[in-house]
Amino acid sequence: MIAGENLRGPAAQAIRTGNIMAESQSSGARRHSRPLSPHLQVYKPQLTSITSILHRFSGIALGLGLLYLVCWLVAAAQGMAAFDALQDFNGSVIGRLLLFGWSVAFFYHLLNGIRHLAWDAGFGFELPAAYRSGYAVLIGTGLLTIAAWVYAYFQMGVL
Amino acid sequence: MAELTLPANSKPVTGKTWKAAAGAKNIRNFRIYRWDPDTGANPRIDTYEVDLDTCGPMILDAIIKIKNEIDSTLTFRRSCREGVCGSCAMNIDGTNTLACTKFIAEVKGDVKIYPLPHMPVVKDLVPDLTHIFAQYETIEPWLKSDTPPQTRERLQTPEERAKLDGLWECILCFSCSTSCPSYWWNGDRYLGPAILLQAYRFIADSRDEATGERLDALEDPFRLYRCHTIMNCTKTCPKGLNPAKAIGEIKKLMVERR
Repeated sequence: MIAGENLRGPAAQAIRTGNIMAESQSSGARRHSRPLSPHLQVYKPQLTSITSILHRFSGIALGLGLLYLVCWLVAAAQGMAAFDALQDFNGSVIGRLLLFGWSVAFFYHLLNGIRHLAWDAGFGFELPAAYRSGYAVLIGTGLLTIAAWVYAYFQMGVL
Repeated sequence: MAELTLPANSKPVTGKTWKAAAGAKNIRNFRIYRWDPDTGANPRIDTYEVDLDTCGPMILDAIIKIKNEIDSTLTFRRSCREGVCGSCAMNIDGTNTLACTKFIAEVKGDVKIYPLPHMPVVKDLVPDLTHIFAQYETIEPWLKSDTPPQTRERLQTPEERAKLDGLWECILCFSCSTSCPSYWWNGDRYLGPAILLQAYRFIADSRDEATGERLDALEDPFRLYRCHTIMNCTKTCPKGLNPAKAIGEIKKLMVERR
């Protein structure tokens, strides 16, 4: 299944059979079950780890947003009353907050996705570059979101 | 699957405070993770007051001083004290590094020291590295060739040799692998940054003739592709290497050979 079929060691044997935990537990005399050392609780967040987890969260948010978009289309297909009801909700404070959140998630996921494409092509792995691109994504998200909402309010005639 | 919290037996409690000798002026608190396999009680965080006026400049100097003068039961690995053996890797002030090359002066406030994150603890600051060394074994970290042995060394051009720079310097301290959230959640199957950097070290070597075989062994949703370019590995590497880039190069080779 994996390179190293000819390895004899107990450790390699454990990896091959998938019996990894059993192997590490049996090594050495031990009277009490070993604790797991702290991880998330103690590890300092850094820009690149924060942008990474935000990519995941924004992706999940966009998945939910897509469902909402489908609701919107279904409401439009059902007729005036249903569509008006949904539009009223969109115009409410909660509705606008949701739409604002989704627009932030959209622009963030878009820009950070481009950052990931650059990494996939082999660019931007040096730490200073990764930090620069991280800040650029955050600033770009802010600017694009503001621009989109200014444009939307302008179209509505509010601005 | 990500378990964001610690199991019940792993949650640290507040431990003892070891006062500095009277008259010490330049005191720094070292808050150190302790776990004693003999009692099996939950891990605790002991506080040691260390007089920096009589202590060397490195974190390792401080914990050796603690072991020698304050509490001889404190357990940790160390050997070379100059950043080439990789024994004293631990979580210091929130990031993984070598205690021997980290200055006490770099840390503001109390110095918090934990074992390498998300590992089974053997005792105090000593993690069980059995699993990760087993993973190292699976990438077959030696040069492989089918061509018959030559009567002399297998030569490399300076350019071919240069491809190994930034790879051969790895001392297998596993600071990177244990900083990686993907390795925390999927370390049973994901190989992690240290092992993948080692894998790339042999893939990139012009004298190795098993590149295809090595890539075959890594072509797997877990072994390689759990890397999501979080870059904790590169940020934390005490040798200044770039495991994230090495993994990126392997991913590129996977695409290019299609």
